[in-house]
Amino acid sequence: MTHSSGQDADQHGAGQQDPAAGHELDRGSMTGAKALWATLANHGISTVFGYPGGAIMPVYDALTFYPEVRHVLARHEQGAIHAAEGWAKATGEIGVCIATSGPGATNLVTGLADAMLDSVPLLAITGNVARHLMGTDAFQEADITGITLPITKHNYVVREVEELPRVIAEAIRIARSGRPGPVLVDIPKDIQLAAYHGEVAYPHARPEHPAPKPEAIARAKELLLAAKKPVIMAGGGSLDASAEITALARAWDIPVITTLMGLGAFPSSDPLWLGMPGMHGSVAANRAISEADVLLGIGLRFDDRVTGRVNGFAPNAAIIHVELDAAEIGKIVRVGVPVRGDATVAARMLTEGAYKLDLPDWHAQIEEWKTRTVTPTEWSAGFAVKSVVDRLRPDDILSSDVGQHQMLAAQLARFEKPRRWINSGGLGTMGFGFPAAIGAGMAEPGVTSVVIAGDGGFQMTLQELATLKMYDIRNVKICIINNSFLGMVRQWQELFHEKRYSEVWLGDSNPDFVKLAEAYDVPGYRASNAEELPGMIDAWLADPKSALLEIVVPHEHGVFPMVPAGAALYEMIETEPPRKQPTPDLSAEMMAAAEEAKNA
Amino acid sequence: MNEHTLTDQPKDHLVSALVRDEPRVLTRITALFGRRGYNIRSLSVGATEHPGLSRMTFVVTGDRGVVEQAMRQLEKLHDVVRIIDHSLEKFVDRELVLVKVAISPDSRVEVRQIAEDFRSRIVDVGRHALTFEVTGDEGKITAFIEQMRPFGILETMRTGRIALTRGSNADIPSHVYHDGETQTLRPAVESVEPREERARDVPNLF
Repeated sequence: MTHSSGQDADQHGAGQQDPAAGHELDRGSMTGAKALWATLANHGISTVFGYPGGAIMPVYDALTFYPEVRHVLARHEQGAIHAAEGWAKATGEIGVCIATSGPGATNLVTGLADAMLDSVPLLAITGNVARHLMGTDAFQEADITGITLPITKHNYVVREVEELPRVIAEAIRIARSGRPGPVLVDIPKDIQLAAYHGEVAYPHARPEHPAPKPEAIARAKELLLAAKKPVIMAGGGSLDASAEITALARAWDIPVITTLMGLGAFPSSDPLWLGMPGMHGSVAANRAISEADVLLGIGLRFDDRVTGRVNGFAPNAAIIHVELDAAEIGKIVRVGVPVRGDATVAARMLTEGAYKLDLPDWHAQIEEWKTRTVTPTEWSAGFAVKSVVDRLRPDDILSSDVGQHQMLAAQLARFEKPRRWINSGGLGTMGFGFPAAIGAGMAEPGVTSVVIAGDGGFQMTLQELATLKMYDIRNVKICIINNSFLGMVRQWQELFHEKRYSEVWLGDSNPDFVKLAEAYDVPGYRASNAEELPGMIDAWLADPKSALLEIVVPHEHGVFPMVPAGAALYEMIETEPPRKQPTPDLSAEMMAAAEEAKNA
Repeated sequence: MNEHTLTDQPKDHLVSALVRDEPRVLTRITALFGRRGYNIRSLSVGATEHPGLSRMTFVVTGDRGVVEQAMRQLEKLHDVVRIIDHSLEKFVDRELVLVKVAISPDSRVEVRQIAEDFRSRIVDVGRHALTFEVTGDEGKITAFIEQMRPFGILETMRTGRIALTRGSNADIPSHVYHDGETQTLRPAVESVEPREERARDVPNLF
């Protein structure tokens, strides 16, 4: 299906009726499937991502009666759910995806686990076989609620058509409330078809977050007042408290570290910003954590990639942990002052009566650490990533896939506001970036949605190029950093496995990415050196359509600084160690080895 | 950091949970324990005075930190309505066991005498075996089983411990260990949370 006008397609989706006529539309008699769409529409859900199949057909049939909701046909259920995640991460609102039973449902599993670990509000709707067939190993039957039980915030099987709207409304409430997460609703086919005579459900009021206890805030303030080396660490749970946290840090004059998930919660142009902590964190952030005497953590869960070796994490600091999810407080690190509650309210309370700390020595020390940031100047993946991210405007959305380019983007990109950085932090899902950028781009058609991916990860979900084509999406810009390797695994093999490059070489089998894009009517560009890169970036960004830019970079660059697995943050390797044996022509060497293996 | 002092050795903790009677609620809870590596020594489930609500009592083994974490994770499950931490107030707990003991004409009298000492009831009488019902706390039941072991235990089944907060805690404040008042005279749940709270001012599309 093609569309002559991209604008039109963006707004209305494929093959649907004019929404202006919505109130006059004859929707026919009410069924479970129609009640589903009506409930979604009542909740203000404008776009869903999905893929049809046998057991969800009644829902797709009912869709034609509900032009209020735009359906985006992905090319794989994983693409659909990652796009829904991208939508949710960019807007902060719930993302919705739909799949059929069996394989359709199991293809959502990766996305659900991803959304669970990154606390993404998500509603996944799956069809299932009719109730009388459930449990009989029927065609395309899978126990998707059983499968997804540990990777969803909650899940449901709808047992009666009467409860369907209520379950959908409750699922949306659960997904959005408190610490957000994915909720799956499995709807047997006969329930989708059944006549429905009840009312359609309306949105639940969002339950209020618990307010922090004043005693806890008072104790936190006492610690801050006495601090000589304080630091604030803001995570993914602080994105919606960005303004309050910024005010808090400036009022107390405390430096701020933003985690991988929290990038954008504090403006990076502010001199108080120290960058990202953890395995590939900045020198300033990791040193500041290691030296700090008070660490104020807001909306984060002290992931192992952030803490490094736990007993070496912030060894001198009293930790104040502001967190909505009580189970995260004290789970990993010992917390001096637990503050359970909403980050926005907590930050506001901590700002009241703030005292501007006068700590010139601490700030001078931090400034010295900041100078140890290495800016890539020679042709490398880092150079390429920096050239691209430097071109982003403050409103543009940057998505990334998973691997070296993700860490480089997180190190080098500068965000002035939250929800402009979209990546798979907790699960580290290769293939996430591109569909997420489509979802984010569709949520905000007015901004450019750039995705940086590797040559490996892009090939996991590249079929979504067809989604770009189908909906004539014009604001998604794909940048492939092509080093012909699964670079992050290669880097570890180089550092920890004596350079035995086991199953990481893609160079001989990678497609021609420019031709690949052009096969989907997506313009392709390629740059292979520093001279031609700026011109290519200009052309790529200026292209009126969504476009792909392949940047061919050297094979063996690593990402640094790096905290080796099992080491403490203060044991970080700050710069790339010189190679003992540089591999002069890796491609030739690899090909010779492959040839040898073939002949053997 | 999960460092704890020597006095914080792994031991049994009693935790009760009020849960909604929804499909798979038991799976959700046991899967959570399994996934996060918490040890359940016993688990018993039964209906409550509220339709649609069940109550479970777990015996969780671990240090205090592990049990706290387990309770916090349980609280996050949508079908869990309330967690009752029995380490905060005095409680009564009971366990019931059925024990089938082999008997011979020689041992019959002695077995019956021991059972009587434990105030155990005989629930089944056979020529070659007697089945006893014993109720009590864990120590009593363990002692009973040990006493019967020499005669030849054919089968046993224990219900697992069940517990309620003592109503008398309200009369004896020292029986409440946490700050604040006893929870004991409050109904464990006021009511099951209403399923639908409607937000107004949303246009009905019909």
